[in-house]
Amino acid sequence: MAKRKAKTRWTPLQIITHLGALFPLVWLAWDFWQGQTALLINPFQEATFRTGKAAIILLMLSLACTPINTVFGFKQVLALRKPLGLYAFMYAAIHFSIFIVDNGLVSNSLNLWAVYEATFEKRYALVGFAAFVVLLALAITSNQWSMRTLRKNWKRLHRFVYAAGVLAVIHFVWLVKSDIREPLIYGALLTIMLVLRIPAVRKWVVNTRQNLSRRRQAATSSS
Amino acid sequence: MATKINSSEITPEHIYLSRRKFMIGIGSLAASAAVLSACGNQFGSTASGSNAQAALPDDLKVSATTDELGDELTPFGAVTSYNNFYEFTTTKEGVAGLAEGFKTSPWQVEVGGLVNNPKTFDIDDLRTKFAQEERIYRLRCVEAWSMVIPWLGFSLSEILKEVEPTAQAKYVRFETLYDPDRLPGQSSRWYNWPYIEGLRLDEAMNPLATMATGLYGKHLLPQNGAPFRLVVPWKYGFKSIKSIVKIELVDKMPVSLWMAAAPNEYGFYANVNPDVPHPRWSQATERRIGEFGRRDTLPFNGYGDEVAYLYEGMNLRANF
Repeated sequence: MAKRKAKTRWTPLQIITHLGALFPLVWLAWDFWQGQTALLINPFQEATFRTGKAAIILLMLSLACTPINTVFGFKQVLALRKPLGLYAFMYAAIHFSIFIVDNGLVSNSLNLWAVYEATFEKRYALVGFAAFVVLLALAITSNQWSMRTLRKNWKRLHRFVYAAGVLAVIHFVWLVKSDIREPLIYGALLTIMLVLRIPAVRKWVVNTRQNLSRRRQAATSSS
Repeated sequence: MATKINSSEITPEHIYLSRRKFMIGIGSLAASAAVLSACGNQFGSTASGSNAQAALPDDLKVSATTDELGDELTPFGAVTSYNNFYEFTTTKEGVAGLAEGFKTSPWQVEVGGLVNNPKTFDIDDLRTKFAQEERIYRLRCVEAWSMVIPWLGFSLSEILKEVEPTAQAKYVRFETLYDPDRLPGQSSRWYNWPYIEGLRLDEAMNPLATMATGLYGKHLLPQNGAPFRLVVPWKYGFKSIKSIVKIELVDKMPVSLWMAAAPNEYGFYANVNPDVPHPRWSQATERRIGEFGRRDTLPFNGYGDEVAYLYEGMNLRANF
C-alpha cells in the first residue's frame, strides 16, 4: 500500500508538457477556422504534413528524456516519456486516419484498394505505416496491467520505440522532394540520443558528470 | 465637402482577395455548412462554390465557368495564393507574399539559337503583337494536386514561326530569370539555378503549348510566373516554366533543373500519366483544389486526343 501515493499533483513540467503537446492540434483547428491558405486550399495535404511533423517531434522528445537524464541528471523528465510517447501516437493516429480518408475517397466513393495500394506500394508510406504499428503496440501496452502481465517482456517490447524513431526519420527522408536537410537534422539528433543509450557510453557520461559535480562541491566547500 | 478616405482605410487587394477566396473556397469544402453557418454574418451568406462567376471581383474576366469537361474553374484566390515557385520559397502559401512587388517591367525575352531570325521581344510586344486568347486548361502538379485555370496567351508555335527554326533545331530550351536579389530562393544551393525546361520541337509546335501573359483576364501576377510563362497542359506543372527571359532552339535535349536535381524522379517528358507512378507516390489519382476527396488522373491530363500522336511507339514508362 505504501507504494501507491495519494493523488499526485502535476508538476509545472508536466503541465507544460501536456499544453505543449496539445498545441499543434489546437493550432491546426485554429488555422482551419481562420482559413489559413494551405489548409483552405489543400486541406488534406497540409493537415497530413502538420500532424506528421507533430508526431515525429513528440516521438523525438519522448526519446530525448533518457539521454537528458543521463547527461544532466535531471530525473523529472523520465516521467514524461510515457505522455510524450502517447501524444506522438495520437498525432500518428490522426496522421494515418487523414491518409486513409485522403487516399480512399476517390470520385466520391470509398476505395479500400486505393488505401491498400497507397500504404504498401510506396516505401515511404510503408515505413511510416510500420512506425505507426509499433507506436500502436506500445500505446496499447502503456498501462500498469500490461507491465505486470508482460513482466520483463514489457521492457523488451518498449525498446521497439527506438525502431519507431528510426522508421519515422526514414519516412521523413524518403518523402521530401530534394532538400533533405530537415529530416537529416532529426536523423542526427536521433543518432546522438541512441548512442547515449549504449551502456558503456552511458556509464562514461554518468561518471564524468558525477566527477565534475564532486569536484565542484569540493571546490565550493574548501573555499 | 467630400469625405476623405485615407489610403489606410482601403482594403489591400491581397486581403480583399483572400476574403473572396475564403468565401469561394470554403463553399466547396465538405465542412462548409458548419463553418458558414457559424460565421455567416461575418462573411455574408452569398458564398456558393457552384457559382464562381457571381463571386468574381470586378476586374476579373472569364468567358466560361468550366473547362471542356465541365470541371469548374479554380477560384482566383486559390490560383494566386497556392503556388510552387521555388525561386521565391518552397512554401506554397508563402510565394504570393514574397513575390509582391517583383518588378516585371521592363522585361525582355530573347528568342534565338538555331533560328534564321533571332529576336528580342519586349513584354509589351508579346502582349500586343500576338492575339491573346483565353485558354481554360487543367494544371496537374507532379505532387498530385490540380487546378483549372483560365489563362490568357497564345500558342508557342506563333513565336517559333517568327524566328524560323533551322533544320538543325530539334528542341526548345527555356530559361527563367536568374537574379538572386529579386528571386531569393535562387540563393539555395540545392538546385542548379536558373530554372531550365525544354520541349521537343514537335511538342512545342502543338497548338496546346501556350505562352501565357495573364489569367482570369488580368496580367499574370508574380507568383504565377509573371510576366511571361509557358503552359503545357498535358505535362506535369513543373514543365510549365515561369518568368521566362530566354527561349533557345537547340539540337540536343536540354537538361531541366529537375532532371539535374533528381534524374530518377523527373524525366524530360513528364507527361501526365496515371499508369506511371512517381518513384515515391502514385500518380493514379489527384486532389482537385476545392474538391473533397480525390479524382482519377486522366492520361495526358485529358488532352490525349490532341497530343497522344506525339508519343506513338514510345515507351512512356522509360520516357517518363
